[in-house]
Amino acid sequence: MSNEFIKVEHLKQYFPAGGHGKNKRFIQAVDDVNFTINKGETLGLVGESGCGKTTTGRSLLRLYEPTGGRFEFDNNVIFDVENKKFAKMDEFRKRMQIVFQDPYASLDPRMTVADIVGEAIDAHKLASSKQDRYDMIIEMLERVGLNSEHANRYPHEFSGGQRQRVGIARALAVRPDFIVCDEPVSALDVSIQAQVVNMFEDLQNEMGLTYLFIAHDLSIVKHISKNIGVMYLGRMVELADSFEITSHPVHPYTKSLISAIPIADPKIARESKRIVLEGDVPSPLNPPSGCRFRTRCKYATERCACEVPQFKEVSAGHYAACHNLDACN
Amino acid sequence: MSDKYLVDIKNERLSFFTPAGEVKALNDVSIHLEPGEVLGIVGESGSGKSVTAYSLMGLTANPGKLIGGSLMFNDHQIENMTEREMRKIRGSEVSIIFQDPMTSLNPVYTIGNQIVEVIMLHTDKTRKEAKERAKELLELVGINEPSKRLKQYPHELSGGMRQRVMIAIALACEPKLLIADEPTTALDVTIQAQILELMMELKEKLGMAIIMITHDLGVVASMCDRIAVMYAGRIIEYGTTDDIFYNPKHMYTKGLIRSIPRLDATEHERLVPIEGTPVDLLNPPAGCPFAPRCEACMKICLRQMPPKAVFDEVHYTHCWLNQKEMMEKGEANE
Ligand SMILES: Nc1ncnc2c1ncn2[C@@H]1O[C@H](COP(=O)(O)OP(=O)(O)OP(=O)(O)O)[C@@H](O)[C@H]1O
Ligand SMILES: Nc1ncnc2c1ncn2[C@@H]1O[C@H](COP(=O)(O)OP(=O)(O)OP(=O)(O)O)[C@@H](O)[C@H]1O
Ligand code: SF4
Ligand SMILES: [Mg+2]
Ligand SMILES: [Mg+2]
Repeated sequence: MSNEFIKVEHLKQYFPAGGHGKNKRFIQAVDDVNFTINKGETLGLVGESGCGKTTTGRSLLRLYEPTGGRFEFDNNVIFDVENKKFAKMDEFRKRMQIVFQDPYASLDPRMTVADIVGEAIDAHKLASSKQDRYDMIIEMLERVGLNSEHANRYPHEFSGGQRQRVGIARALAVRPDFIVCDEPVSALDVSIQAQVVNMFEDLQNEMGLTYLFIAHDLSIVKHISKNIGVMYLGRMVELADSFEITSHPVHPYTKSLISAIPIADPKIARESKRIVLEGDVPSPLNPPSGCRFRTRCKYATERCACEVPQFKEVSAGHYAACHNLDACN
Repeated sequence: MSDKYLVDIKNERLSFFTPAGEVKALNDVSIHLEPGEVLGIVGESGSGKSVTAYSLMGLTANPGKLIGGSLMFNDHQIENMTEREMRKIRGSEVSIIFQDPMTSLNPVYTIGNQIVEVIMLHTDKTRKEAKERAKELLELVGINEPSKRLKQYPHELSGGMRQRVMIAIALACEPKLLIADEPTTALDVTIQAQILELMMELKEKLGMAIIMITHDLGVVASMCDRIAVMYAGRIIEYGTTDDIFYNPKHMYTKGLIRSIPRLDATEHERLVPIEGTPVDLLNPPAGCPFAPRCEACMKICLRQMPPKAVFDEVHYTHCWLNQKEMMEKGEANE
């Protein structure tokens, strides 16, 4: 048995974007993405807006019909598009949960906190009695740092950080073992972010949770993740241990992404040189041929335009997809 | 004395009179800026960063009212000016760029129209001259093929490009002060890096002062000369960028700096959050607004607002602990 709790191979998620028959067009939101996550560990996903982070997370939860690829969860095949194998989700839906970015939008304003958490318990028929249900709700609230006094309040009575805790309590109520955390702290104040990040860590340690942690703030992702995957325009361009990838990135895109992050230390900030990327991300409707980063890459060669670079291991546990790693390192 | 200042806000008090009660958004805020200086304003959501900046432009939203203090900008006494007079200096002497350029660009006019209009409003250039100037400005902010872009509508441009257009409009009349309210929060980091680089380049070229409002400590570390830290409608610490990062004195500032994970960390360290929740400005605490969340809170902190503790010509806080430390060293003041 491998300890690869989450195993994603050649994941593809295309969305129709108008046109008919032969002219039908697709947004290639996720294209040939591969990664694994061990039980109890966190994989961070970073990359610019629209690169496919959310889509990756949502397609694993089968919120979309996958276009291609294979996903194995705790040694169960959830889908294998090539071989037309699709697991019945009832059994797995409860084990895989998602926490969203916007604590405002994801909570029903007319429901009390107890109802919000209770609803998840009811949906999966987890409680044997009313008392049992109530106890479960309180236990979840306490786990996320709230208490029974909060149970009968409404979302608008809470601060952003507290609302995010409610969203997490709801996800935890069904005792999942895999959680897709989609920008769970991005909408929070800096001083509150740390509270919530610590809570995610504690819950992971106590309950053995496995996370796919999506965020655009690389410092936070690095802090919470064992490994980090960097996406660009639907593809994974680099994946490695979080310390390794932030100190020794090898892909030209990762290098410029990291150098673009302003460091909260004035002396280092004054000295550090930014690799400023020219231009914008191309449209996923019509991505560049070959390497999708080539239109902004200063190392691009002819080969980059005609051949898709393979995602391969460059050193133990460090993967990258680039034809010219030697030239740029 | 104050004539060397471009901006001199003294003891500003501003409240929003809402149906639920008086929201005391600004309580005794004082800020000054020299020409060409870059000031960062940081602080929690709702601490009063935007309200401070907008009031300086005469843009306080209803039901907000200035209830005390004086606001001087470029020898104008802002609080005494009419909307008509304000309109003359807005866009010419002081400009503002917002977080979301889509809300400030008009979707039904071309980029060119919008820039030309601003130029013609504030100068006596003809339409033809204004168009030339618009082209120059787009080039200045690094937009390729300016003639083509001038004919496009906002939705045809990417987020980063729209923010460049906003900067071009803001700079059309070479203002003395540029206020940037979270100008890069909606942008990706690689685009943010482009925009920040551009702003600093233009500052050097045009010599304007900048007020940079952001929650991103990384952005202020790399751009600002001085930093004001706001909490609950007050400036609780003010100093040079190095003061704030290497020698923070107020417990909130210390907590803020400790609570951000660092990208250059070499081992996993647990984050140190500031516990508790932000203040309710409808019912602010009697003493120091940070007291309910402060580890070092003393009895007096709960009762009375701390006076200014001055460390040097620039660096000060409002904190009883700092006050006490100084007293013990025998250098208490004010
Ligand atoms: N349901 C959908 N239908 C059509 N296109 C979609 C859909 N969801 C996402 N897309 C497109 O797929 C691409 C990837 O989007 P996705 O939301 O996964 O990006 P992201 O990396 O999460 O970005 P962000 O950082 O902005 O959240 C984008 O071009 C987006 O417009
Ligand atoms: N139009 C308004 N009506 C009532 N209250 C308002 C109004 N505008 C601002 N306020 C209040 O004034 C206070 C200061 O708001 P301000 O927008 O300056 O915060 P900020 O520091 O810019 O926060 P953020 O980081 O979220 O932008 C807040 O408590 C806010 O609720
Ligand atoms: S494959 Fe080519 S274009 Fe892509 S990142 Fe490497 S050098 Fe740049
Ligand atoms: Mg997303
Ligand atoms: Mg604001």
